[in-house]
Amino acid sequence: MMRELADNILDIAQNSISARASLVTIEITVSHERDTIGLTFIDDGCGMSQEMARSVCDPFTTTRKTRKVGLGLPLLKMTAQATGGDFSIASELGKGTTVRVSFGLSHIDRPPMGDVPGALFTLVLMNPETDFRFVYDYDGKVFVFDTREIREAVAPVPLDHPEISAWIKDCLVQEINELHGGLFS
Amino acid sequence: MKSLAELAAIRARMIEQVNLRKDDNIDTRIVVGMATCGIAAGARPVMLEFIEELKRRGIDNVTVAQTGCVGMCRLEPIVEVYVKDQEKVTYVHMTPEKVARVVNDHIVNGRPVEEYTIGAQG
Repeated sequence: MMRELADNILDIAQNSISARASLVTIEITVSHERDTIGLTFIDDGCGMSQEMARSVCDPFTTTRKTRKVGLGLPLLKMTAQATGGDFSIASELGKGTTVRVSFGLSHIDRPPMGDVPGALFTLVLMNPETDFRFVYDYDGKVFVFDTREIREAVAPVPLDHPEISAWIKDCLVQEINELHGGLFS
Repeated sequence: MKSLAELAAIRARMIEQVNLRKDDNIDTRIVVGMATCGIAAGARPVMLEFIEELKRRGIDNVTVAQTGCVGMCRLEPIVEVYVKDQEKVTYVHMTPEKVARVVNDHIVNGRPVEEYTIGAQG
């Protein structure tokens, strides 16, 4: 079990990186009205067969070579279902994969959101060649962050250059905290 | 909203310096295990703390990178430090609180923190 949903975000996005995605879109939707938190991961990576997509929530399914278990998606699905939420995965070979998951916002078993800016920053910093698009919708207030815009603005300086990455971190922390308008966990 | 104009200013300054952090002046690599097991054990705050500590000290010849699972999940968060021309040092059960000492003793002063290593804790 991950301690925070932010850790699930980091973990699941890693699958897209392993699938050699060039663009990974992560949408976070918090709605107090519907009492849900939704996460959507969309990538343009190598995708997988229908058979594989059906079996990825089995812990004994993994593409890794080092050993025969993979827990990322099973843990995510388990957490979603434990909070009255849903989980679905759609994939097409050569096209990419979409994972959608939702959690009951006020459900007692829902893990805290945790350090979302830190998780998103980690993804950008550790995968400077991959583009990310983050869309964070908090009760209708929306923050969009797209590394393609930043890449264009700073080229040829790489995104993992210390000064650029410091700016990215400040931007994510400030904008997301502003969106919450106070404490949200 | 932070503006892209700020980025343009940073870019201009960086290009003037020409010093676009070439890989050949990197002599130490800090590698954090960030597979499902590492993340679940708390690898993310450890990695972010390394980045912050290096920034605080103005160290720019060290990179922080991530790796997958090395098969010792019960010892996560695991951090490997590769100093040029030296044997790799593996730290286990890392926490953000241990980071400052690893940077001070090992990265800056060249003395690995024995008590945090796999040899002492594994």
